[in-house]
Amino acid sequence: MAPGLRSYVLKRIGFAALMLLGVSVILFGIMRLAPGGPEAVLIGGEFSPDAAAQIRQRLGLDRPVALQYLAWAGAALRGDLGQSFKTGDSVSSLIVDRLGPTIQLTAGALVFALVVAVPLGVLAAVRRGTVWDSIGSAVSLFGVSFPSFWLGIMLILLFSEVLHVLPPSGLSEYGQEGNLGARLRHTILPTLTLGLIQMASFMRFTRSSLLEALRQDYVRTARAKGLGQARVVWRHALRNALIPVVTVVGLSLPTLVGGAVLTETVFAWPGIGRLAVGAVFERDYPVIMGVNLLVASVVIVANLVTDVAYCFIDPRISYR
Amino acid sequence: MTRTFWRLVRQRRGLLGGGAVAIMIVTGALAPLIAPYGYSAQSLLQRLQSPSALHWLGTDGFGRDVLSRVVWGSRVSLEIGFFATGLSLVVGTLAGSAAGYFGGGTDTAIMRVADMFLSVPALFLILIVVALFGASLTNTALVIALVTWAPVARVVRSECLSLRAREFVHAAHALGAGHLRVLSRHLLLNALPVIIVQTTLLLGQTILIESGLSYLGLGAQPPLPSWGNMVVEGRQFLASAWWIATFPGLAIFVTVLGFNLFGDALRDAFDPTLRTES
Repeated sequence: MAPGLRSYVLKRIGFAALMLLGVSVILFGIMRLAPGGPEAVLIGGEFSPDAAAQIRQRLGLDRPVALQYLAWAGAALRGDLGQSFKTGDSVSSLIVDRLGPTIQLTAGALVFALVVAVPLGVLAAVRRGTVWDSIGSAVSLFGVSFPSFWLGIMLILLFSEVLHVLPPSGLSEYGQEGNLGARLRHTILPTLTLGLIQMASFMRFTRSSLLEALRQDYVRTARAKGLGQARVVWRHALRNALIPVVTVVGLSLPTLVGGAVLTETVFAWPGIGRLAVGAVFERDYPVIMGVNLLVASVVIVANLVTDVAYCFIDPRISYR
Repeated sequence: MTRTFWRLVRQRRGLLGGGAVAIMIVTGALAPLIAPYGYSAQSLLQRLQSPSALHWLGTDGFGRDVLSRVVWGSRVSLEIGFFATGLSLVVGTLAGSAAGYFGGGTDTAIMRVADMFLSVPALFLILIVVALFGASLTNTALVIALVTWAPVARVVRSECLSLRAREFVHAAHALGAGHLRVLSRHLLLNALPVIIVQTTLLLGQTILIESGLSYLGLGAQPPLPSWGNMVVEGRQFLASAWWIATFPGLAIFVTVLGFNLFGDALRDAFDPTLRTES
């Protein structure tokens, strides 16, 4: 690894660690500053101030906020994210249980979005001004304008209620958890919902980036050498045009995970998003912190990897 | 500015988007006059009626007129949308212009804070704050602004970064203009087209976020209708009364599409060279 690149990567890792620290401080502060606490949810109904004080003491919420944060951060650094206030289960195990379905959903949506968006973006750029370009523009504009939860409900209405071809919710049918076919059928609608929203921005960036690449000298040279249109586009222009698309994919992760919250709610999908929504309503602070720390880490690491991957994809980029 | 206006008028999608937005704004403003019934007027004998001459968009599970609730719902969605966007623009523009103009440590500090806000999915953060501090229209708007200022700051910063190196800014400094004057009269005034376009696109986003929050039960509280909570109420009747969830969602879609079309057309009108790029 070149010395310039090494110091850049080290600097970025340092920034990433600082950002994680900042995110955790902000989230912790927001939760502790909020009026009320988890005692009302844990006891349910009316309760005496003594009972509330006992619960706060048991959960360690009676200590100064700074001490609470230090205790939490110290344990988190050792890999212990604490126990759920509500169930007493380890937060790590709750997250691990829900991680699989969320990865399945988000990865599926990302793959679907890229597989559809890149060819459509290429078509729109190569056939600029034609009907393909109009279709591409319409798809990208519609995609960013749909509320994801409504799109999901409309897909349920069409495919489950009217056509009766796909199941409306859940990870699988009861007793059919091991059946791959059943699980795949349950995956289609949530993946489509999340993927269609993501597809719009990928398509738009592929188109504009390819248009830019097609104007470069090396493309003109390739054409002058007598190469066919397909080879010029796919082998020369697209390889360079995909570099900004990689960034957009990296930057789209927060939107993707945020979109998963609503999609999981619409389709009763037992993932991280639903875990977070439930934890927020129940004021289950350790679960909220654990989930958000995980999501922020994934986003920060993905952005770091995207930046570092650049130097391997595009040698023109220098790091100082 | 006049040339920009005529370029905008000549674009079909700009007119279409602007028209859709104008209709929604007028509908929201005149809701008490336009809506055929009150938003909470119930008639259990009329529940789950399909669209008809009496109830153009049908009735919901409590026998309330869906059209009237969609009309009233536009008020809530647009009010939160405009309030949140306004706040986000003020904070984002101030932070972004300071970062771009002063550079150095100020830039690094502001942009790292912005990066922190960008690294947590907006909906997660909004969900936490609204659920813990209470779901009111003001809280919802405030917290949407809290998570949408960072992208605005980024755009304004990059515009100010490029503008501050221009000759007219050096000339203003040479003539003795202070930081505040250079920032407000020279940088921000020239960055105005970018800020206007950003506003239009942000309005669509804030309406989408608000509707998502309402869907999760954290936006406007019943019986006050918002498009998001109407969709969630319609979800349980999807098999028997498709219209309850369909029309409010369609209203969100048309409004956001309108803002996006108008924003795109504005961007092209301000800078026609972009037209072939995006």
